[in-house]
Amino acid sequence: MMPSQASAPAPTEAVRRPLLSETTSRRLVHGGLTATALLYVGVLVVAPLVGIAVAAAKPGWSAWSATFADPDARHAYLLTGVITVETIAVTAVLGVVVALVLARDRFAGRSLVSAVVNLPLAVSPVIVGLAAVLLFGRGGWFEHWFTAHGIQIIFALPSMVLVTVFICIPFVIREVAPLLEELGIEEEEAARTLGASPFQTFLRVTLPNIRWGLLYGVALSTARALGEVGAVLIVSGTIAGHTETATLYVLRAFDEGKDASGYVVAVTLALVSILLLAGIEIFKRKEEKLVSP
Amino acid sequence: MSRGIVIENLTKRFGSFLAVDDVTFEAQEGKITALLGPSGSGKSTVLRTIAGLERSDAGRIWVDGEEQGGKSPQERRLGFVFQHYALFRHMTVQQNVTFGLAVRKAPKPERRKRVSELLDLVGLAYFADRYPDQLSGGQRQRVALARALAPRPKVLLLDEPFGALDARVRQELRRWLDDLHRELGVTSLLVTHDQEEALELANQVVVMRRGRVEQIGTPEQIYNQPATPFVAGFVGASNVLHGVVWEGHVHFGRSAVAGAHHLDDGLRAQAFIRPHDIELTRAPGDLSFPVTVERRTNLGWMSKLHLRLEDGQMLTAELANEEIMGIGPGDHVQANLRNAKVFSQDGQDPAPAKELAPV
Amino acid sequence: MSAQALERIPLDPPEPPSSGRSVRRVRFGRWGLRSVAILYLGLMVALPLAAIVSKGFGGGVASLRDAFSQPGARQALALTIEMAALVALINAVFGTVIAYVLTRYRFVGRRLVSTVVDVPFAIPTLVTGVMLVALYGPNSAVGGFLVRHGVHVIFARLGILVALLFVTLPLVVRTVQPVLLEMDRAEEEAARVLGAGRLATLRKVLLPHLRSGIVAGGLLAFARALGEFGAVVIVSGNILNRTLTAPVLIAQLITGFKPEEAAAIGAILFGLSFGLVLIVERLVGRRERESHA
Repeated sequence: MMPSQASAPAPTEAVRRPLLSETTSRRLVHGGLTATALLYVGVLVVAPLVGIAVAAAKPGWSAWSATFADPDARHAYLLTGVITVETIAVTAVLGVVVALVLARDRFAGRSLVSAVVNLPLAVSPVIVGLAAVLLFGRGGWFEHWFTAHGIQIIFALPSMVLVTVFICIPFVIREVAPLLEELGIEEEEAARTLGASPFQTFLRVTLPNIRWGLLYGVALSTARALGEVGAVLIVSGTIAGHTETATLYVLRAFDEGKDASGYVVAVTLALVSILLLAGIEIFKRKEEKLVSP
Repeated sequence: MSRGIVIENLTKRFGSFLAVDDVTFEAQEGKITALLGPSGSGKSTVLRTIAGLERSDAGRIWVDGEEQGGKSPQERRLGFVFQHYALFRHMTVQQNVTFGLAVRKAPKPERRKRVSELLDLVGLAYFADRYPDQLSGGQRQRVALARALAPRPKVLLLDEPFGALDARVRQELRRWLDDLHRELGVTSLLVTHDQEEALELANQVVVMRRGRVEQIGTPEQIYNQPATPFVAGFVGASNVLHGVVWEGHVHFGRSAVAGAHHLDDGLRAQAFIRPHDIELTRAPGDLSFPVTVERRTNLGWMSKLHLRLEDGQMLTAELANEEIMGIGPGDHVQANLRNAKVFSQDGQDPAPAKELAPV
Repeated sequence: MSAQALERIPLDPPEPPSSGRSVRRVRFGRWGLRSVAILYLGLMVALPLAAIVSKGFGGGVASLRDAFSQPGARQALALTIEMAALVALINAVFGTVIAYVLTRYRFVGRRLVSTVVDVPFAIPTLVTGVMLVALYGPNSAVGGFLVRHGVHVIFARLGILVALLFVTLPLVVRTVQPVLLEMDRAEEEAARVLGAGRLATLRKVLLPHLRSGIVAGGLLAFARALGEFGAVVIVSGNILNRTLTAPVLIAQLITGFKPEEAAAIGAILFGLSFGLVLIVERLVGRRERESHA
């Protein structure tokens, strides 16, 4: 394609004759980038998922049934379930409260709280466990008060729930706070002028408006709580049959060379997580629709 | 004590910004009062303070004879209509309108009756089961009105209710609100920056600027007897001519206009003239002065003429085409001015602007 | 509904309000909620931070020196930082490509790919390690093949790298995507119309816009990789001075009843993470301020 005489370029600028036509180059780039992306995702993520299938098949049926019969394994599942449920309950409530304050209130420490919200995401769970031990464990700052009241924190359920809540709460806050900002306060103001108390307003107007974001955040929390290992390892003392979660069971199984039962529990956890992922995707889509249909 | 809305010495600050400065007025029972002013004039803040959505720093508010003092919005039982509707997005139209009755635990049959009454009134009975995002802007605002009226509020507060709507829809709803008000007779306080809207709808207008009240009066008074230069310039289109006072006239160049009897000689003054108060003739008259036509814009039945005076100032006149046949750019004609409103240049009117008592 | 969203004046950018209207906040008597938020702040950050720092640096420089004299401590920290940096760089590139492909292109299975990218968010980190061992362990088909060709994944640094890439990928993608979505394509189109080639448009228009998002995503990936425990502990074999990372070392120290040493190394790790969080917060905050201006 020759440039026409009428649009002859200034002498200092050379006209670049493109090597390929616009459509071809676009298609090349398009295809190249897509292929790169798919390949990377494939090798990195999909392959290990295939690995789960392999891992599931490895132990053989007998190992599967043996593990399910193992009382330690059963207890581990139960404990994981209990911790997860308690964590969700606390993070849902506390997370919404903090999100409300972040989104709707203006006060001095607010930007600090905002920075702090992201902290548990960046900090190693091992550090979280360490801090808990330093605060509540033997020789710890608060140890006296709790032992005096007969409450066992470290090496028991309370510390495990505490660290898991610390780690999971950002998921709820990071979903609900921006959502609240986006929604604005007008609907709440309207409800107040119509005669609703602050609590009625929250229940009838705010909560229904944030429900998908909240559910999405809770689903992410659940997945994270299920998979927590670093922090609970440190605070629990991993007393089998007592303070051993499903993840800790897997860890011990591989440590002791009992790979088969390790694989079984790991695959079970993976399957539950994938189911959760489906839920997560659904909630995410519903939330996106709410804010920009 | 009056049964409408009474505001006394209302003051409100946001940090160091003085949004409302010692505002006093009364919105009469059963009438529509407009709070008119440009953005930042504090009118929305006044409205929201009456509703209890903001807390005032000083001043008192009475509604229906009761002081509103420390009451929450919930306790005040006032109807509020927002500029952006603020409909509950996850509730149907029916549920939205029922809300005020539901939270006050009105018995269910009574709720149903009242809601269907209101939906009929606003003409949206057919849309009862729709959601807000399925409605047009005008429809949403009508739902918002029905919702605000359902719990039988003592007064209705409207915060630029038509601001978010198309021009045509705005006109329709304006007319519709007028009819609605005639039928219901609820004391209404309407905040708007659209002076045409205020003049058309309101029985009484309170003009505000920078947190202060500039003038209170009927639309006719505001338009024809502006108390301050700001009101003269803000309400209705206006030309401004600057000159010096001499013997009751404002002189500019070799021309003059009457209306400055209340000012001392020698003061600098500004004269506000409506575009339709300018008459053009070929022959000179008593108080006419020469102008040159710079441009003529024909708008069908009338034209806008841009006129240049001898000392360089400009006037825009609006005249019916019949009256100015043949006048075009470049012509030299004579201008006669009627009804000039004259104010001292620095706003230091020797006679302070008086609030005209509400009719 | 989107028309309404467009008309609506955004109530507040997360940082200081810019107009009179947005300064209005309804006080629903929020002091109770505010105190909860402040309590959260105190409990979540102030206490743990104080505990770790005082325990770790309580003995002054001496305790630091002690900590570093722990066998493998220096190497563990070096390895951890090196791996994290590498992972952040690699995923910054690939994550951006993936985000671009997911946002700008339409192809069959796009939504599936998007879901797959979220898998690492849902899968327990320990299970990630297990999957990688199943797939690349010396006993598996793929693993055996690689070992025969001299490529060791399990119990080697490569395994750590792969595990960390897996875990941090969604962090980068999900941080860059919103920036891409928000971007006004008109700028790119204007550049093309003015004669810029595809590469030039990329360099001069697209990348500068994305820069803060990519950097934020990279930093988040870095912080996450620094602290990763579950994915690494099984895959790496925790070989002293070779594949032992700092988080694993800290866990070993605590469970080995050496809390001071653990705290010293932990304080360094925590300091790094916290610093990163603050930087990311500034970047994200600045970008949001700019987009609201």
